[in-house]
Amino acid sequence: MITELGHFALILAALVAVFQTVVPLVGAHKGWRSWMALGDPAATVQFILVGFSFAALTYAFVVSDFSLRLVFLNSHSDKPMLYKITGVWGNHEGSMLLWVLTLALFGACASWFGSNLPASLRARVLGVQALVTVAFYAFILLTSNPFLRMQVPPFDGQDLNPLLQDPGLAFHPPFLYLGYVGLSMTFSFAIAALLEGKVDAAWGRWVRPWTLAAWLFLTVGIALGSWWAYYELGWGGFWFWDPVENASFMPWLLAAALLHSAIVVEKREALKAWTILLAILAFGFSLLGTFIVRSGVLTSVHAFANDPERGVFILMIFGGFVGGALTLFAVRASAMEAKGVFSMVSRESALVANNVLLAVSAFVVFIGTLWPVFAEMVLGRVLSVGAPFFNAAFSPFFVALSLILPVGAMLAWKRGSVKKAFTPLWPVAVLAVALGALAFAMQTGRSALGPVGVALGVWVVGGAATDLWQRTGRQGLTTRLGRLTRLPRADWGKFVAHSGMGITVFAVAGLMAWEDEDIRVANIGDRWQVGIHEVELLDVYREQGPNYVATKADMAIYRNGREVGVVHPEKRIYPVADMPTTEAGIRNGVLRDVYLVIGDPQNAGGWAVRTYIKPFANWIWGGSILMAIGGLFSLSDRRLRVAAGATKRKPSPTGGVPAE
Amino acid sequence: MRRLVLILVLLAAPAWAVQPDEVLDDPALEERARDLSGGLRCPVCQNESIDESNAGISSDLRVLLRDRLKAGDSDEAAVQFLVDRYGEYILLSPPKEGANLVLWLAGPILLLLAAGVGYASVRARAAAKAPEALSDDEQARLDEIMRS
Repeated sequence: MITELGHFALILAALVAVFQTVVPLVGAHKGWRSWMALGDPAATVQFILVGFSFAALTYAFVVSDFSLRLVFLNSHSDKPMLYKITGVWGNHEGSMLLWVLTLALFGACASWFGSNLPASLRARVLGVQALVTVAFYAFILLTSNPFLRMQVPPFDGQDLNPLLQDPGLAFHPPFLYLGYVGLSMTFSFAIAALLEGKVDAAWGRWVRPWTLAAWLFLTVGIALGSWWAYYELGWGGFWFWDPVENASFMPWLLAAALLHSAIVVEKREALKAWTILLAILAFGFSLLGTFIVRSGVLTSVHAFANDPERGVFILMIFGGFVGGALTLFAVRASAMEAKGVFSMVSRESALVANNVLLAVSAFVVFIGTLWPVFAEMVLGRVLSVGAPFFNAAFSPFFVALSLILPVGAMLAWKRGSVKKAFTPLWPVAVLAVALGALAFAMQTGRSALGPVGVALGVWVVGGAATDLWQRTGRQGLTTRLGRLTRLPRADWGKFVAHSGMGITVFAVAGLMAWEDEDIRVANIGDRWQVGIHEVELLDVYREQGPNYVATKADMAIYRNGREVGVVHPEKRIYPVADMPTTEAGIRNGVLRDVYLVIGDPQNAGGWAVRTYIKPFANWIWGGSILMAIGGLFSLSDRRLRVAAGATKRKPSPTGGVPAE
Repeated sequence: MRRLVLILVLLAAPAWAVQPDEVLDDPALEERARDLSGGLRCPVCQNESIDESNAGISSDLRVLLRDRLKAGDSDEAAVQFLVDRYGEYILLSPPKEGANLVLWLAGPILLLLAAGVGYASVRARAAAKAPEALSDDEQARLDEIMRS
């Protein structure tokens, strides 16, 4: 019964979304205030309805209602409660329901916190947001209905893939969705602004929190996925340039660019057309990512849901929204003349350079991801584009970005001087080069990647710290320290996020350059040296898990002859699914992880054992989390909090001027 | 969910990435083999090199590659030997020739274009006159926002 109510609520929500599309948009066009105002209750009602629908599906998973096809396919009565709940979005239909729930949530937030938006702009934002939601309601109801019943309910379900029953992966999709869908909000703001025919500093300020929120959710989602791959897949890889990974990385890059160009709109009323275009493209890439993951066009072997019908549907949504938006952009872009004047050397120009590098790097990822499809369809060549291409073609952009970041961040608005910006940075530059040279001298016969990473990391982090320190003025030390605590949170956000990026750049380079690896056959009692550590295989035994059998090893790690830890790598077999999995034994360290994997028994006795030394592995995710925390700081900055959330007197009737 | 495919592929074959018995005795030769195999794609996996892959065929390819190196082939000849048999599909880095040049040059060319457009628009901004004042409505609204 609850299931049917959930299904019904979903259909109602779709109808409300249609209403929310038509009425406020028409109202805003005609200037009918009563019609415009209807967008707000509609957004709330729609959110409540789809929220109920999602809750109904969750309930079906929680009580293991196997008469529901989706629950039967993806759950099991013995599954832990956490994974019963995360199983709701561990499948195509449920994850699409989560997707619309997030869309509706963002729309409702725009209504709840948008009381200071001009009425016509708010009506248009809600209308466009609802239009996007309508497309996805249609997608769910027509091609991926989660509420389908089974004619004969089975006794138990088929269970979720055991590997997906993992905390890292359980929360990876919701964060990514919050990010993807958050970009729908900036898209709605962009389209609303095009319809209004007006982009000004206030628009830049309104759109920035949504971009920040989307970007920081994407950052967390990507970091979670990468961390999961590191500890679960058994060889410590953290990024594979896989099409599905790229699908989340491209919107991240464009969101990062958008984040920065929106600052120029807000502060200087320039780069307006470009910012609007970026907002459209960033959401376009989110849709493209959905298409890539859902259609199976790039994952020919298996796919999440390789149903051509669904793929075509998403492609139509993508084409409709991006095509329509770009057409509107072409018609209206000329109306957005820039106002701020700035010279060649200025913060604005530095942010333009940032945008050029981020946008082109996103394009490189895009063409690399889609090239195999293009080559096969147009050239008739079956080829691969993998990590070696991306490492070679993409990395230079982040090197360049890291090089210009500290200088650009210190340049004055309007008219700056490179010399002036660079003066306080001299010590940092010297330190960066010196530490890079030291790293080069200490390593023998390794790639230059490590030292370059050290120099760039020091440069970016040191530059961010210098920037923050310069903000405290020129008085004595105590005055400046006092001021440090009173700086706007946006300044702290900038410092933390930029430092995070420096740390991640350094850690990726360090891990790739200084990784050590050892593959051997080991007997119990064997002890061997890898780098500065020694590893001993103490014991190997079988262990019966709840739903698997494991070959488990006890391995001791020594440093300078002293034991620093014992880890237990496992190799599990899940008999029901006939799936082996790896549970690496990882000893986390500040400077390096020792990563141990137990393999198959050998014919001549002993076990295949791998030892990896992963330097600075944790710093990769540490840097990513810092980036997200930096975003959070900026998001909580007073001027955004106030602009986004204040309940103030109703905007004056002249606040929003209709386009014509 | 995005790694599902990779997982399924990983799970499909119980074998392991580089096995102890595959490792060559000559460290220099083994080093070359590892470098080369990192750039060769496992033919049945989604997006893994034969160096990382657990599939049986990857193991065969690793051994085949090492045999060629032991036989004295150059890096290029050894890779070509495999490409002749399995097609250019196994190259993770597409060869820089023919239509693939578009792929390789797209980044640099677009960077130049974007830098050019960026430069031109910044120059136009630098040459532009200061804007006329805001309309009264806009000014009032902006003041209201800035005060908050």
